Amino acid sequence: MKHSVITTQSSMPSPRRLLSLALLVFALSPLAANAQSGRDYVYIVGSSTVYPFATIVAERFGRGSAYRTPKVESTGSGGGFKLFCDGIGVDYPDISNSSRAIKSTELEACRSNGVVDIIELKIGYDGIVFASALSAPDVMLTTADIYHALAKELPGSEPGSLVANPNRRWADIRDGLPAHRIEVLGPPPTSGTRDEFVEIAMGEGCRQVPWIAALETSEPSRFRAICHTIREDGAFIETGENDNLIVQKLEANPRAFGIFGFSFLDQNTDKVKGAGIDGVKPGFEAIADGRYPVSRPLYFYVKKDHVATIPGLRAFLAELTSERTLGEDGYLVDRGLIPMPVAERRLEADNARTLTSLSLARE
Amino acid sequence: MSKIERRRRIEARLGGRHRRERWFRLLGITAVGLALSFLVLILANLVGEGASAFTQSKLDLPIRYEVTASPTGGAPDVRYPDVDYDALVLDALAGLLAVEPDRQMRRELRQLVSIDAGFVVRDSLGSAEQAPGARLTVTVPASSNVDMLVKGQLDRSLPAVQRPLSDRQIAWVDTLRDSGVLVRRFNTALFTNGDSREPELAGIRGAVVGSFYMLAVTLLLAFPIGVATAVYLEEFAPRNRWADVVEISINNLAAVPSIVFGLLGLAVFIDWLGFPRSAPLVGGFVLALLTLPVVIISSRAAIRGVPGSIREAALGVGASRMQVVMDHVLPLALPGVLTGTIIGMSRALGETAPLLMIGMVAFIVDVPTGLGDPATALPVQIYLWSDSPERAFAERTSAAILVLLGFLLLMNLLAVLIRRRVENK
Repeated sequence: MKHSVITTQSSMPSPRRLLSLALLVFALSPLAANAQSGRDYVYIVGSSTVYPFATIVAERFGRGSAYRTPKVESTGSGGGFKLFCDGIGVDYPDISNSSRAIKSTELEACRSNGVVDIIELKIGYDGIVFASALSAPDVMLTTADIYHALAKELPGSEPGSLVANPNRRWADIRDGLPAHRIEVLGPPPTSGTRDEFVEIAMGEGCRQVPWIAALETSEPSRFRAICHTIREDGAFIETGENDNLIVQKLEANPRAFGIFGFSFLDQNTDKVKGAGIDGVKPGFEAIADGRYPVSRPLYFYVKKDHVATIPGLRAFLAELTSERTLGEDGYLVDRGLIPMPVAERRLEADNARTLTSLSLARE
Repeated sequence: MSKIERRRRIEARLGGRHRRERWFRLLGITAVGLALSFLVLILANLVGEGASAFTQSKLDLPIRYEVTASPTGGAPDVRYPDVDYDALVLDALAGLLAVEPDRQMRRELRQLVSIDAGFVVRDSLGSAEQAPGARLTVTVPASSNVDMLVKGQLDRSLPAVQRPLSDRQIAWVDTLRDSGVLVRRFNTALFTNGDSREPELAGIRGAVVGSFYMLAVTLLLAFPIGVATAVYLEEFAPRNRWADVVEISINNLAAVPSIVFGLLGLAVFIDWLGFPRSAPLVGGFVLALLTLPVVIISSRAAIRGVPGSIREAALGVGASRMQVVMDHVLPLALPGVLTGTIIGMSRALGETAPLLMIGMVAFIVDVPTGLGDPATALPVQIYLWSDSPERAFAERTSAAILVLLGFLLLMNLLAVLIRRRVENK
């Protein structure tokens, strides 16, 4: 027996010690969970398009102020609102950013969970570009061309009839376009960028067919089905949410086009270029003054009830809406954000200061 | 059949049999060679892309500063916040390049250095005991565009509008490089900083610490529970239909896609038990669920491998079943148990999908200091960098992958070493 006692001590301490440590972890875990109740940093969720901008503001704010750096989660616009609207309190995000305005269904979901006072802050615009490799020839497209190249079904010979999109090559759409096959790389349906592209670029091209334009008021759901459905026969290639991947693939294949946000074009001007749409090339000024047709506003939605409880939230809103962030020489503009006109910027800064919530602002 | 006849037949077939064996060997060697060449290809690609990220262009700037009396009337304070440290950096740059900058030129000069330069200068002036008017050489990181130019990843033959740097800026960079002010040094920031949106400041420390916390929780949960389960199932559990059901369930769990464990973690730990999102604690729980089947299966195999004669001998001299397991079976099975655990842990280290569900795919700058702090993990950091628009993140992505591979190699090496060590005892 003596022998066995010795071996017990010499060979088995590690599993036993590990077991007791594991118990300790279990015992301590409620402490870690409680740490959340005094959350001392701002918690942001939302769009992957706004993520590059939100993270830069968060980092500057963390370095320049006495507060901790906010946490930014990239969940997509819809996923962000879902988390955001789940409730009030430290467990839920303070801010949800979005590449589109909040939907009425999302506002309803928020209200039913007690999230009533929401502050809407517009930070600027982002253009969506239709880009190709630098080595490809320059192309000028119209929104009608884009609709005819990417829609699943096109209007047939008589009003009311639809045929499967017959266009294989760009030149099939109209003379003057390149003779090669239609190949467009773009984001998946979960992406806000795709929503906006489909709505603005394809929707605009679609409206030029009179009987479809008439549907927009009489049968809006049919209008959306016709205008916003992208073809699935291989001409449009879904490439995930990774825009760098699209840039790489465009470099390798000068015949393809890619759809992504202007900030990626801005960072990769030595590799890709944007096609002109309706006669306007995507550029800083052209997007800012609205001449370039495919652009959308970017928003931050803030819970008013959190401003008093989360340290640094008010200061973060001041940083977010300050001139050095959003102004014409602001640091977000260096990263490809399109600034708003000065009057609009002042209005947003006022909203951030006075915490004017959405319902009041809209009434 | 005569003896000679039979012999001839055998010899006739022999050539064919040998040929078939040679073919089989050749196929085997080709398979191994193919696998190895893919590995070499991947590694060469990563090293080719990522090696340059281990250096970073830095500028040695002679900073001249006048200490002004603080307006409060106290002692002169170089840390007084009204000092425009960015202006000190710009003055130093303008002095080195012998230019009188106007507003536009100041803007272009500022784009040469990292936005962090002013903070670096503030910190070194604050810590140095300097006479007023003296010069102090401060090393600040260059901006990522300058870094890309120095590393040859920016094509300077392109027209100016397609480049992030103007002709004037490129000429300045060349001057600074020729005069020895701009040099490539080891990129310490990559290992000492947390995440950043400025490539020249971004580091993997936050992610490494996050991964470490998570793996610690995983190990503390998966190892004792896994080994205890394996011991019970092998040594104590009755052999019946229930044991079969449990065995099949465990084998099935080992094959379940990891994202499912993430969803489970979200539902149970965060929504139901109220643990914080993005915390390494929850990440560790989820990864422990993921590694448990691996630990159990490999531990059971190791325990089954202990010869029955050892159990019988111990029982024969009067040891209880508990003593048999603790004193004889487990020590002998330990090498196999540890190998399985470490392989399970290295699988956990490389996981991203379940962490997505529990909010660990996030931009987190501060290095986590506890199990409840928001954190990311190394593979998540790689994923986030690969999706960043700034060019300089491409090489940093490859560098981070190399570091992750290094950790995996270390862990697997550790598994081999422990096995050797324990087996020799």
